[in-house]
Amino acid sequence: MFTLQDIKNALNTEDPQKTEHLARQAAHLTRQYFGRTIALYTPLYISNYCSSHCTYCGFNSHHTIARKKLSAQEIRQEAKIIADMGIEDILLLTGESYESAPLSYIIEAVQICKDFFPHIGLEIYPVEENEYRELFCTGADSVTVYQETYNRRRYREVHLAGKKQDYDFRYHTPERAAKAGMRRISMGILLGLSDPAEDIFALFEHLRSMEKRYPGVEYSLSFPRLRKIKGRDFALCTVDDITFTKIICLARIAFPRIGINLSTREDAGFRNHAIELGVTRISAASNTAVGGYSLETPQEQEPQFDIADQRSFEDIMKTLKHKNFDPVLTDWRRIDNT
Amino acid sequence: MNNSQSDNLIIAGKNFTSRFLLGTGKFPNKQALHEAVTASGSEIITVALRRIDLERHEENILEHIPDNITLLTNTSGARNAKEAVRIARLARESGYSHWIKVEVINDSKYLLPDNAETVKATEALVKEGFTVLPYMYPDLYFARELAAAGAATVMPLASPIGSNRGLKTKEFIEILIHEIDIPIIVDAGLGAPSQAAAVMEMGADAVLINTAVATAKHPANMARAFAQAIAAGRTAFLSGLPAEKADADASSPLTGFLYENPKSEIRRKPEYRI
Repeated sequence: MFTLQDIKNALNTEDPQKTEHLARQAAHLTRQYFGRTIALYTPLYISNYCSSHCTYCGFNSHHTIARKKLSAQEIRQEAKIIADMGIEDILLLTGESYESAPLSYIIEAVQICKDFFPHIGLEIYPVEENEYRELFCTGADSVTVYQETYNRRRYREVHLAGKKQDYDFRYHTPERAAKAGMRRISMGILLGLSDPAEDIFALFEHLRSMEKRYPGVEYSLSFPRLRKIKGRDFALCTVDDITFTKIICLARIAFPRIGINLSTREDAGFRNHAIELGVTRISAASNTAVGGYSLETPQEQEPQFDIADQRSFEDIMKTLKHKNFDPVLTDWRRIDNT
Repeated sequence: MNNSQSDNLIIAGKNFTSRFLLGTGKFPNKQALHEAVTASGSEIITVALRRIDLERHEENILEHIPDNITLLTNTSGARNAKEAVRIARLARESGYSHWIKVEVINDSKYLLPDNAETVKATEALVKEGFTVLPYMYPDLYFARELAAAGAATVMPLASPIGSNRGLKTKEFIEILIHEIDIPIIVDAGLGAPSQAAAVMEMGADAVLINTAVATAKHPANMARAFAQAIAAGRTAFLSGLPAEKADADASSPLTGFLYENPKSEIRRKPEYRI
């Protein structure tokens, strides 16, 4: 397991040979444990109502944007469009509004999506263990929750209102989800909020602790980099491509069997390289606006972040096959979660 | 490959000439998989139900598999017996055969199987008419329970799945080979044909290989190499490998003294004075 100093040394070195060495180790491990498979999923934003104020997010409660919450019919319509592409793994997302998009609303959304997808993931506001259990029994199998930053001071500085201010409640979310039976948990940090080395080290420690106590969960990691929203830049510090690449490699070396996820925050060029190094899950044909797949024109949309990889699902499939990867659409299905 | 009729691998009453089972995960594409299956000569291949696209959105790997091959669906993803039973039932309901490889793994870090849950799943599935081939950690007690539960084979691991670390559990697999009467199929962790040969030389009935073939630069060639090694190891076993000697033969054997002097008192047969 890497120490904080190991991570700092790796990220700070400017020697390209050392970067290449890390990459080779990471690539070897990824091929060994995953072959050349890349799992695909698509996000579906169902509500952008939010009562938290995260300074870096396009949905934060202080931004004057058109707030939208999909009706059951609209969820069905958006889900059908995504499912018709061939996607079988959907990630449902909401802003952090416990009142406007209550648990009952999310449960209904899961029930609707069961008609279209054998695997349903959730990236919603953190809830209690019994609520995750109810979601699991309804048919959701995985939870994505990022601590954003493990630096408490920075966490306080960027989360100014709402339930999200509660660092510890968020920190223990993976544990509540695991206790509730969720099969897959995705953890991560938002690169650009704090010192990357310290955050990566803390993330690794958090994951290690989860692995030991909840070994039956399939874990994955994400390292989204802060992106502009409608051209406006909210990043507090930049993480360049070299550092980002090293982070992906370090994660693979530290955790050979976990999934590593890369969203469309990253452009096609970078994603094409990253899948050679350690990334095993990518989002495809994403739209981060509520109703973005069929209900709103591009001008009307209020995205959570600007999409950098605009490729269609077919283009991504073609590219993966051309690069001798095996795109995996099916990697789990509900087996009656009760 | 050993084509001798008298040396067939017999599982649940079915005869197989190949002792090489092939896993179908991690291949770069369906074509590579198809070529490897052909090159291996395998007559049993495993596939994870979790990876089968029942919605038929993408080309199904099973469309590339010749008809004479027995498909062994596995319960990969099952964390306990209940989940393994559900996955097995789903496989059968989806039209796959009643042959099932039970994998119960509540450990995403090392992918080590839970023997106790594996026994429970095997008991339940045998009662439901499945032909069960359980993946297990080589433990004699659990192997006995699996056999008693009606498992068609036991499949002890050589080392953790995907690790390519070879035969780390050699001594314990040897115990199973000596004590368990159902076929022993060594599964997981074999990374090179030489390791597969060694397993067969020990007297295992078959091996299952996945990662080492699927992630090789030339999977079909590697499959061919494994097939040759497995056949060689089997032939060596049947031919009677000379026993290893701990040390050189003593020039003066321990009982030589008994035969040195023909008139020795010691050479007389006992006389009974009745």
